[in-house]
Amino acid sequence: MIKVHNLAKSFGTKRAVDGVSFSVERGEVLGFLGPNGAGKSTTMRMITGFIPPSEGTVTVGGFDIVENPIPARRLIGYLPENAPAYTDMTVLGFLNFAAEIRGLRGEAKTNAVNRAVELCFLQAVLHQSVETLSKGYRHRTCFAQSIIHDPEVLVLDEPTDGLDPNQKHEVRGLIRRMGEKKAIIFSTHILEEVDAVCTRAIIIDRGKIVANGTPAELRQKSEWAGAVTLRVSGINAAALNQKLAQLPTVKRATILEEKATSVTARVFPKGNVNGALARNIAEATQGWHIEELHTEEGRLDEVFRSITMPDTMTEEKK
Amino acid sequence: MNALANIKTITKRELGAYFSSPLAYVFIVIFLLLCGFFTFMIGGFFERGEASLVRPFFDWHPWFYLFLVPAVGMRLWAEERRVGTIELLLTMPITAWQAIVGKFLASWLFLALALILTFPVVLTVNYLGSPDNGVILCGYVGSWLMAGAYLAISCMTSAMTRTQVVSFIISVVICLFLILAGFPPVINLLETWAKSWQWLVDAITSLSVITHFEAFQKGVLDSRDIIFFLSVIGFSLFTTSVILRGHRAG
Repeated sequence: MIKVHNLAKSFGTKRAVDGVSFSVERGEVLGFLGPNGAGKSTTMRMITGFIPPSEGTVTVGGFDIVENPIPARRLIGYLPENAPAYTDMTVLGFLNFAAEIRGLRGEAKTNAVNRAVELCFLQAVLHQSVETLSKGYRHRTCFAQSIIHDPEVLVLDEPTDGLDPNQKHEVRGLIRRMGEKKAIIFSTHILEEVDAVCTRAIIIDRGKIVANGTPAELRQKSEWAGAVTLRVSGINAAALNQKLAQLPTVKRATILEEKATSVTARVFPKGNVNGALARNIAEATQGWHIEELHTEEGRLDEVFRSITMPDTMTEEKK
Repeated sequence: MNALANIKTITKRELGAYFSSPLAYVFIVIFLLLCGFFTFMIGGFFERGEASLVRPFFDWHPWFYLFLVPAVGMRLWAEERRVGTIELLLTMPITAWQAIVGKFLASWLFLALALILTFPVVLTVNYLGSPDNGVILCGYVGSWLMAGAYLAISCMTSAMTRTQVVSFIISVVICLFLILAGFPPVINLLETWAKSWQWLVDAITSLSVITHFEAFQKGVLDSRDIIFFLSVIGFSLFTTSVILRGHRAG
């Protein structure tokens, strides 16, 4: 549905987006990750046709967003960053306006507005002016605007920003459900959201895509992925180290914590051993009192940090 | 058809925005008070003893509009940019032109309403004498066209900035130029300066709204005057679209 090819945007000499290519099909929820100022919002603004790209193309449903903007925009629902809405209107007035400008009239309009109100839980504030709404409600009002015409493509710039945990949960559920039938791009800082909602994630840094894959694939990039954490009691650190060093699947082991009663160690595998490491350790340490033994899945936040801040990561290691 | 429907939707929303804030009511009240005060007290409506609205009523309009119309137009785009709704508006399936025209029409209709509400002046002059109502109607048309020209300029300055006050000041300055270029004392000054360049003086005075409004006041519908106002509107709205595109291109 969305095809982005070699997209670039320069502001003066600054290259905000630099050669980004990806595509999103129906049924996919693409998470767009990156530090602040990485070019997420700029990319989304180009996809929705708000700003023209300096280079590259965007097609939505086969329509080029620059050459053929109107049919392309008809397919898109867009929630801009900070969820702007006309403050002088009531929620109902605003949604009616959004429906009308999308070409909905009469009964179709009423149904569309009712549906959006229901999905975004706006019944309580329907006749309140947008100006007086709390941030969560304002966000949801703008979100309702973006889904009012049941679009095939949704572009959501930080849809859960400023919501309380319950509302975040609701919105994530909503995105996941809608993602079954639509093509959705959404940006976020919150990594747990990627696991909760996305079928695929892209990490963008300084205008370039630095990682692209399913959340599980991204986690694999973590150097912790496949490592084993082990806590045993009744043995000292030196003995544990010696034992572990003898195992063929062990690359290295670091002692995380040594207490009078127990020792905790993290063991890194040699190559891709697919869980054999934990088994080996369990076999080798038979007779010891194992309090904890588990394989790390790799953590997204660590992957995110190692990819977007390689310099600070290496410094921390030293 | 689709374009018209889009323009209508935008216009409806903008008109709603005027009346949901105090701006509309404040504007109308001040405009009517000014009209009444200047016509009857300063314009010497009664002392003249003639059944005409030209000098006591319409003469003041270019000056009222100088401050009032930029106040109406300043929020059109500055507010959208400040709040960020411009990002919503311009990613809707409408063209930038439809948005610009829709917004302009809403404000222009609003000014028409304010102008229509001055009808007691017309009733008064009809009660007291028998004026040529054709001339009065013609004056109203001219006044509305002139307001449209000011408004289009405010629309343009509003697109330039996200601060309404800045937009207001710039458009007052431009509109002031359009008035002064045809203001008799200024014309005299220009003529003494540029004696040998009469064409320059003519060129400058032909830019003035006063020169073009004059004929309407006398009841003359000259196509050149109509074209003047419409081309100021067209040019300013076109510039608005260029400015808006410039912002987005970064």
